This record gives sequence, C-alpha cells and structure tokens, in this order.
Amino acid sequence: MITGYLRGDGRKGIRNNILVVYLVECAHHVAREIAYPWRHAGAQVLGFSGCYPNAHAHKMLERLCTHPNVGAALLVSLGCEGFNKGELAEAVRRSGRPTKLAVIQDSGGTRKTIAEGQTWIEQTLKQLERTPRSPLAVNELVVGTKCGGSDATSGLTANPAMGRAFDFLVEQGAACIFEETGELIGMENWMAERAATPELGREIIQTVAKAAKYYATMGHASFAPGNADGGLTTIEEKSLGAYAKSGQSVISGILKPGDAPLRGGLYLMDMIPDGEVRWGFPNINDNVEVAELIACGSHLVLFSTGRGSVVGSAVSPVLKICANPKTYQRMSDDMDVDAGRILDGRATLDDVGREIYELVLAVAGGEPSKSEALGHQEFQVLYKSFEPLGPACFPSAA
Amino acid sequence: MPHFQETDGSGVLLLAAGDTVAVASCQLSAGASREINATTIVLQANVDVGHKFAVRKIKAGERIVKYGAPIGVATRDIEAGEYVHTHNMASEYLPTYTLEQGHTFVREADPG
Repeated sequence: MITGYLRGDGRKGIRNNILVVYLVECAHHVAREIAYPWRHAGAQVLGFSGCYPNAHAHKMLERLCTHPNVGAALLVSLGCEGFNKGELAEAVRRSGRPTKLAVIQDSGGTRKTIAEGQTWIEQTLKQLERTPRSPLAVNELVVGTKCGGSDATSGLTANPAMGRAFDFLVEQGAACIFEETGELIGMENWMAERAATPELGREIIQTVAKAAKYYATMGHASFAPGNADGGLTTIEEKSLGAYAKSGQSVISGILKPGDAPLRGGLYLMDMIPDGEVRWGFPNINDNVEVAELIACGSHLVLFSTGRGSVVGSAVSPVLKICANPKTYQRMSDDMDVDAGRILDGRATLDDVGREIYELVLAVAGGEPSKSEALGHQEFQVLYKSFEPLGPACFPSAA
Repeated sequence: MPHFQETDGSGVLLLAAGDTVAVASCQLSAGASREINATTIVLQANVDVGHKFAVRKIKAGERIVKYGAPIGVATRDIEAGEYVHTHNMASEYLPTYTLEQGHTFVREADPG
C-alpha cells in the first residue's frame, strides 16, 4: 500500500517537495542559494530562463508548482522580467499551497532576498510536515517514459521492458504517457492501428507528420552521433526501438505538455510546437521532455539509457533503466534496473518488466531512485506555442 | 509490433521472421559463422553488441528490414555476413549525422 500526500484539490503526490522557482535566468542564482541548505531535504530549484513571456512556459511552471508531488512554492523574480508573476502566484495560492513571491529588486538585492527566502523555506518545511497522508492506489498513479543516450540495445531490452511495465500499470488502471513523436517517425501507421478510435488514429498520424516536418526544417532529427556509435543507423531504426516503450495497450488519447490525463490508460504526449517552425529545436536535451511529462502530472518517469545517461529531475523521481549490460557494469551507481540481462539470456522481458513495475510501486512508496538519491534535479523549459487539443485527441472524455 | 525474440545463446538476435539483418547480442568476431534461417552466415567484420549484419544478400536500393519493419535503404549491394551501418545504408526520412572527421558533423550519403 502506497501512502500519498493529499493535496487541497484531491490529487495525491508521492513526494512533498518545496519548489524555489526563478522566473527569469537573472533570478536563478538567488533561487539556487535560497534552496542550497535544503537541497537534500526536499527543496528543489526550477524555473524559466526567458525574459519575454510565453504561454507554454507559464503553463509549465503553473502545472509544476501545483503538481501533486509539490507542497509549496517560493517564486523568485528579479522584478523587471516579462513573466506574469502575479498570475502564477495567484494560481499556486488558489491550489491551497503555501506560496510567496520574492522580488529581488523590491527586497533590496541578492543578500536580503536570500535571507528572506530562507526564512520562508524554514517555516514552510515545518508546515509541510503536517501535510495529510492518504492511501494512493495504482490507478491514481501517472507514469511517464522517455529514453536518452540511446544505443541499439535500448530498443532490444530496456524499452520493450518499460513497455511491459506500462502494460502491467495500464492493466491496473494507471495513466501512462509516452512521447517523442520525432522518434516515432516511421511508426505512425502502426500506432494509429492501436488508437481507441479511428479519429484518434488520424490525429496520431498528423502529430508524427508535424514532427517530421519540424525536424526536416531544423535539419537535424533527434538522432545524435552517439546513437550511430551505438549501432543505430537511421531515425527509423531508432524509432522502432523508441516505439517499444509504449507497450501493447490501446492508445487512449493525445496530451500536450501540461495536460493531465483525466483517467487511466496509455497516452501519447505531443511536444512539437504547433504552427510554423519558429521555436528552434523542440527538445534541445532530454530534460525538456522529462519536465513536460512531469507537467502532465507524472508522479515518476521511467528513463531508459544504453550509452549511460545520469539525469534525474526536479519534482518527480526518475528511474534509470539501463539497456546495455556493459554500461550497467560501468555505471551501476546511476542505474535502477539492469535490463541488459535480457541480452545474454539471464532474464526475460517479462522478468524485467515485472521488476520495473515493482520498483515503480517501491519508489512511489518513498524509496528514492538512484538519480534522486544522488541529488540530480536537471530541469529545462523552452519557448513553445501550442494550440488546444481537438476533441478527437481525447475520445474517452467525449 | 512483433514480440521480442529471445536469444538462443549464440550471440545473434533475429528479431522477426523475414528480417534482412540480425543483431549481435555479444561481441562477434570477423570469420565467426552462425546458422541463420538454415543458412551458414560468415561474418565479414567484427560486430559489436547492438550492431547488425546482413543475413542475406541485399541489393542497392532495397529496403532493410529489422523487427519486421523497414529501417532504411541499402546505398550499395550488401553481401550476407556484411556489417550494416551508415556506410552502406541510409534513412528514407531524414539524413543521419555522425561525428566522424574530428568533431565536425558529417552528413551520410543519401539513398542512391
């Protein structure tokens, strides 16, 4: 039985983090200094670098500050940036969470803002100790999946094993989210066949077409040189391996970053901006997508790696599923699961899928993941723009 | 998607019937031979874990199939047992960039 943290809106978290949120890069250092003494005690730093306002970035920070794993948020503003800080502070307050807006220019500079922020964190952490607890069932969990630092073993071991874990979770009523439409190029017709409705199938094909167009315009796909060193030759081949993360369940809907699934099932997150290509690379690194999966409500994220990524995240634990047995030998301190056992026959796909499922429950119950224990809290939000989802993307809500 | 086929312990994974390439699940050396689809395939080069080799002759322009799905096109004739990678196959969607020649991105040849 998992015991969650009950929030004012009825949602339940598996962590009770306090966020220190910089609203422009110019406030990043002050935010980091405020959080530093409690960096292993639940205080986490995230934010948005840009000075110009952006609706997607605003939605991301709002969804993260009101994420079930978050108990309170301190917003740190320089003062003159374009971010609508008043609206964000109001949204966090409305969610019932303790919040404070510290404006560096009003507080009298770096030293005074750090002192003011640290006083608030100290008081608020005590307040968070009294957060009500409540049993959390598997069908209340939201789990995301992502791969990074892939090699040819990712698609043979870790990704299909995460897909099996997704199958087990969806069977129990959990909501599972996969993504990386740019890495599903070539898989669109197979995915469409798995959609809950033909209309959703057509939407899936369109989201992949949008990704292909976006990457073609940018000149690079998500295919990194390291992927080729690992034995992958083309984006289609990488896609095939990435696709295996989705498992075998029916696809229940499409989400865009920050949209929470309304019920259990398997969802595709579409993180490619809508409209003309004007925002640069949509996933300049793996952490952008991890943050977007978490903004959709993911309590934790399964992250497969063949070459050996070490990243974690603010807000939600990241579980590292290592695809390559050689990488596991070298980097076992960073890896939660040794999926490479499948390659030499030491374990079956079902064994590892079941192990991942059990680990999801253990980490949801409070056991730290490797990256979490090591203090990894990578985070990034980019400028993007999205149109609202059409009704076909969410057939179960109709 | 066809289900993952478990290894028979010989270090070779054929992921779906009809695939034109197989994947090494351990380091395979040049000259090693394996029985695949009732044919003896002799490896022409070392093949590292996760990398792949042809299990039959593939003609230039022919699609290369792994996991039952096309993963690209042969840019020249490929012999059975030959290592298959960016030097002899290309994407049908987007070019592949590798970090050869120091640290300059090199665009691999387009399909022929």
